[in-house]
Amino acid sequence: MIGELGHFALALGCILALVQAILPLIGAHRRDARLMALASPLAGAQLIAIASAFGALLWAFAVNDTTVSNVVLNSHSQKPLLYKFSGAWGNHEGSMVLWVLILALCGGAVAGFGRDLPSALQARVIGILGLIAAGFLGFIIFTSNPFERVWPPPMDGQGLNPILQDPGLAFHPPMLYLGYVGYAVTFAFAVAALLEGRVDAAWGRWVRPWSLAAWSFLTLGIALGSWWAYYELGWGGYWFWDPVENASLLPWLIGAALLHSAIVVEKRESLKIWTVLLAILAFGMSLLGTFLVRSGVLNSVHAFANDPARGVFILALLMAYVAGALALFAWRAPKLGGTGIFAPISREGGLVLNNLLLCSIAAVVLVGTLWPMFADILFGAKISVGAPFFNAATAPLAIPLVAAMALGPMLAWKRADLAGALQRLWWVGALAVASAFLTLLVAGYHVWPALGFAAAAWLIGAAAADILDRIAAFRRPSQAWNRARGLPRAAWGGAIAHAGVGVMFAGLAGMGLATDALVALKPGESTRLAGYEWRLERIRDVQGPNWSARRATVTVLDGARVVTVLEPEKRFFPVGRMNTTEAAIHTNALRDLYAVLGDERDGGGVLRLHHNPLAPWIWFGAVIMALGGGLSLSDRRVRVSAPSRKAATAPA
Amino acid sequence: MTRWLFFCLLLALPAWAAVGDPNERLPDPAKEAIAREIGRELRCLVCQNQSIEDSDAQLARDLRRLVRERVAAGEDSAAVIRFVHQRYGDFVLLRPPVTAATMLLWATPILALGGGIAVIMLRRRRALAEAAALSPEEARRLAELDRGAA
Amino acid sequence: MSDITPPKRPRRWMLYAPLGLAAAAGAGFYAMLQGLQDGSYDPRGVPSVLLGKPVPDFSLPALEGVDLPALAAADLRGPLPGPVLVNFWASWCAPCIIEHPQLMRLAREGIAVHGINYKDRVMEAGAFLQRHGNPYRRLGRDEPGRIAIDWGVYGVPETYLLDRQGMIRWRWAGPITADTLEKDLRPLLRRYA
Repeated sequence: MIGELGHFALALGCILALVQAILPLIGAHRRDARLMALASPLAGAQLIAIASAFGALLWAFAVNDTTVSNVVLNSHSQKPLLYKFSGAWGNHEGSMVLWVLILALCGGAVAGFGRDLPSALQARVIGILGLIAAGFLGFIIFTSNPFERVWPPPMDGQGLNPILQDPGLAFHPPMLYLGYVGYAVTFAFAVAALLEGRVDAAWGRWVRPWSLAAWSFLTLGIALGSWWAYYELGWGGYWFWDPVENASLLPWLIGAALLHSAIVVEKRESLKIWTVLLAILAFGMSLLGTFLVRSGVLNSVHAFANDPARGVFILALLMAYVAGALALFAWRAPKLGGTGIFAPISREGGLVLNNLLLCSIAAVVLVGTLWPMFADILFGAKISVGAPFFNAATAPLAIPLVAAMALGPMLAWKRADLAGALQRLWWVGALAVASAFLTLLVAGYHVWPALGFAAAAWLIGAAAADILDRIAAFRRPSQAWNRARGLPRAAWGGAIAHAGVGVMFAGLAGMGLATDALVALKPGESTRLAGYEWRLERIRDVQGPNWSARRATVTVLDGARVVTVLEPEKRFFPVGRMNTTEAAIHTNALRDLYAVLGDERDGGGVLRLHHNPLAPWIWFGAVIMALGGGLSLSDRRVRVSAPSRKAATAPA
Repeated sequence: MTRWLFFCLLLALPAWAAVGDPNERLPDPAKEAIAREIGRELRCLVCQNQSIEDSDAQLARDLRRLVRERVAAGEDSAAVIRFVHQRYGDFVLLRPPVTAATMLLWATPILALGGGIAVIMLRRRRALAEAAALSPEEARRLAELDRGAA
Repeated sequence: MSDITPPKRPRRWMLYAPLGLAAAAGAGFYAMLQGLQDGSYDPRGVPSVLLGKPVPDFSLPALEGVDLPALAAADLRGPLPGPVLVNFWASWCAPCIIEHPQLMRLAREGIAVHGINYKDRVMEAGAFLQRHGNPYRRLGRDEPGRIAIDWGVYGVPETYLLDRQGMIRWRWAGPITADTLEKDLRPLLRRYA
């Protein structure tokens, strides 16, 4: 019964979304206030319908309703409740429902918080969000019904893949989707601007918070996935340049470019056409990821069903939205001109360089991800594009990007003094060079880690220099505190996010110096790695809620002092007859000690031990970046809604 | 990012619970480092999208052992990679060789950067010369934006 | 806003470029989806580099306890009396059970089928042939899996078709189902007969 209600709610949501798409758009076109006024209530009603459907799906998983085939395939009564819920969105159908729920939430937010938007702009944005929602709800209803029944119901479900039963992964998809779907809103703003034929500061001011929020969530989502890979897969790796990972990196890169170019639109009414294009592309990349993961065209072995009918449906949606928006762009973009001019050396110029490099990196990732498929259909060539290619092709673009990242915020708008900016950063440059040499001195000849530490010092130092400069800490120290409090949060947010990138580079550089050992030990025996003594104490059986395991106890000693006791496990899940390895990790924020248990033989066991310097900084860095984004988001200018159009376009 | 890994591991299931075999590593750390560098360039064909160093599929293990035997015998990296390439074709190379079919792939960084610069030059040729410093009016507007009182 | 220039007309082709690229990509994706359905596009298939070449040099021991001659490259050099199939298999491989009836059928029809037993135990391999029947004329045992690497094998079962000159003409990775036999293998056997 609940399932049928959920299915009905989806269908109702689809119809509401369609109405939400049609009436406000017609209203905005005809300047009909009554039709435009329908936008917000319709978005609210659609949100209620989709939330009910999602609630029904969660309910089916929570009570383990085995008449629902999705539950049978992805859940089991013995599973902890958190993983029953995460199982609801850990599969194709359920994750699509989560996707449209977040889209409906965004629509509701535009309706709720957007009262100060010009009514035609608001109506258009909500209408376009409705159009997107209608397409994806149609996709769910026609090809991927999450409430499909099975009869007779089996005794119990088949269980969720054990390596997916993990807190990190439970929150990975919602975070990612918040990011992907957030770009639906900036997309809607871009299309609305094209329909209206105008982009102004008020538009830039509205697009910025949405792109910031989407980017921050995407940062967290990607970081969670990478962290999960690090601790769950047991190889000590954190990024594999897999097509599915790249699919999430693409909107992140384009989104980062969008975030910066929207600043120029807001502050200087420049780069308008380019910003609109980026907003379209950011969402296009999100949809492309959805298509690649769910259609089966990828050379990535994944479990989302490879039904070609679904692939064609998503491709049709992708082309309808993205190609449609790009056609509108080609037609209407000339209307958006009116570019404020600036010298090449200026804040604007720096942001253009940032966009150029971020988009070039995105192009490399995009082409690298798609080329094996296109080489196959174009030339019949079977090739692989993996980490060695991506590292080699992105590094030359990342180096100037990092160099420019520090300089950009130091430049004045319109026309700036590069020598002056360099002068203010001389000590940061010295710090970066010193870090590189120190790395070479301490760790030996490791070029990439040395460059990584230099980048870290350069970025963190420059962020600090930027803030110190703005609060005039050296020129007028007595007023520094007051100035710091008066500094806009967006300035703090930007500096913090840039420093977060620096922290991440330190982590990457540290991981470049990681060492490991693969040893067979008997209880009582020990080995040495990275200056520590690692002693295997025993291996024994343990029992978990839905698994049993062999657990090794490894004591790590520094001289006579016990640093930590690591307990890596090999788990066996009787439902599904699957094994997983659980790495044991001890961190002190400066380094991870990481142990994995392998085969057992002759009363002992094989252990793989890793010493990963600064590993946690990779994810700390990502969290700092997201925090910086969040801080910018909480800026007064964003909280105190956007100005009315009149005030923004007619300067005092 | 999530499900492919699962499948990957499922295919490699018989060997997956293991984490490697200590005997397969070379005693000489310098040679082991070379072998690892080589391994990172080679794709594990069964467990797709991972290098043979990152996988415990049976074939990845065999190839790891083969790479180490050849490195131990004193062969240089290029020769070892060529040996595997001759047997498994371009598909096994994670760094695709430059051929007619991959020219565009390898040219992407230059094309993207060059294309971007060309577009910027075309659009801005005139504006560049004219830009002056911020006028007082513009400076005031920026300050107001920062105060949030526009 | 003293020096905002009058709107410069962006060059139109620049504005159409993103649309063109997206349309081209869309057409490519559509071709892939069509190819997935009719089998012409398979993102997971790895082509053999041995096509059109003779088999690599090797010599494998026979499987103990099974009364079959061993297999070496010399047995597969042309001229051969007819087309030959070389099948990599193992007793622990479930898809091998699926394809076994097809191999048995080919053997009964007089096609030369040779086997290479991959990473297997002697007892279990012998028991497998006893239970499911023996389609092989010659059977080599590749316990370390080293010869399989020389052939470019990446999993079992895998089957190679050699013409009468001993050139490899076809490689099938995965089980030969009844469908594969009729649609793919039979026409080739006729062509190289």
